[in-house]
Amino acid sequence: MRHDHIVTAKQLSRADIEAVLDRAAEIDADPAGWTDHRPDALLGLCFFEPSTRTRMSFETAIKRLGGDAVDMGATDESAVAKGESLADTVRVIGGYVDALVLRHPREGAAKLAAEHVDVPLVNGGDGAGHHPTQTLLDLYTLRESTGLDGIDVGIVGDLKYGRTVHSLARALTNFDARQHFVSPESLQLPASVRYDLHERGAAVREHTDLSSVLGELDALYVTRIQRERFPDETEYREVAGQYRIDESTLAAARDDVVVMHPLPRVDEIAPEVDETDNARYFQQAHNGVPVRMALLDLLLEGSA
Amino acid sequence: MTDDDLLVASIEDGTVIDHVRAGQALNVLAVLGIDGSGGDRVSVGMNVASERLGRKDVVKVEDRELSRTEVDVVSLIAPEATINIIRDFEVARKERVDRPDEVVGVLACPNPRCITAADEPVDSRFDVLDDGVRCAYCETIVREGIADLIAGD
Ligand SMILES: [Zn+2]
Repeated sequence: MRHDHIVTAKQLSRADIEAVLDRAAEIDADPAGWTDHRPDALLGLCFFEPSTRTRMSFETAIKRLGGDAVDMGATDESAVAKGESLADTVRVIGGYVDALVLRHPREGAAKLAAEHVDVPLVNGGDGAGHHPTQTLLDLYTLRESTGLDGIDVGIVGDLKYGRTVHSLARALTNFDARQHFVSPESLQLPASVRYDLHERGAAVREHTDLSSVLGELDALYVTRIQRERFPDETEYREVAGQYRIDESTLAAARDDVVVMHPLPRVDEIAPEVDETDNARYFQQAHNGVPVRMALLDLLLEGSA
Repeated sequence: MTDDDLLVASIEDGTVIDHVRAGQALNVLAVLGIDGSGGDRVSVGMNVASERLGRKDVVKVEDRELSRTEVDVVSLIAPEATINIIRDFEVARKERVDRPDEVVGVLACPNPRCITAADEPVDSRFDVLDDGVRCAYCETIVREGIADLIAGD
């Protein structure tokens, strides 16, 4: 893999993705064999918005490789509150560490930050923009479950603001995967994602009704529809209820349909689904560590 | 020479931007950063009769030859424009505008959540698409109203 930074899923070719997933599979098969692999590596965690899960996943990943992490801490205690630019902040912290992870509420933050650091930078989520490491673990989970070619994937929920969806949709264009986008009309894919999909020759199949496509799907990728996207509680409940996955959804789907979710979920997947063979979301979250280990290892290898 | 041509006097040296879509003349000046404060002598013809466009605007800037970059930027809001470089009352060079691959530092991203909307030490950067522009940072695509994005100083 020859990337200095991992900013978007779009920059990753099929070969890049396969390199990460193959390395992750090696790690998964023998986790103990990697514990001293990067003994001197120091990872900087720059989280400008809270995300305990993503932060811990990266921290675990670097420690399981034998390295260590330093954390910028809560943003309100740091230089950010004093008005220092992101460019300056990452330039300084980039000087302390071997690689950086950035999480930021603004779209394009990772691209800007990457222009100002000399060490590899990984985008840990930027606004409604991109979340490429989530996509890599999604693809890893999907590859383990259904393979990545010759599949029909239903992507459900908030497709407008959901950055995990934006990254996944672009990455899937590298594979022979048919994507079905299921959402209320007000939360359909934004123009920028459509543009990229069209440019890659991928069809944008849109549905407002999950049942119209459910029977064809090998995988269901479910995302949360947030209350604040709707003017009132009643409308929200009505819309969110239409996309809730429960036993009756599974009964109408293929027996072996795989249900995924980037987590945290609220009530878009009923707890009764958790115990079925279809549920993969906890496995998916667990895969975050080997996949991030693989990515960090490859990035550190390239910059060594 | 038609009556309309007489509305804007010919110039000795400088640039005539012709065939500007009617209504866009002031935006052309804005993208070029010309507001009169630099001392440039500028004349503007609006809604001049045109065989090609029906009505057109014309902008004449004296003693200044537009650079390639400036011509590129004009192309975003006046894709049919022709640029005439005038020397000693003669057209020394005439060219159609060409859409650039990107424009830097000219447009402001309309996405309030874009990192370029924060106080960061970077120029805005837009990739030019066939039918619009796209922020190189947040990837927002703008197809209509590009002139409204011209950053004020
Ligand atoms: Zn932007």
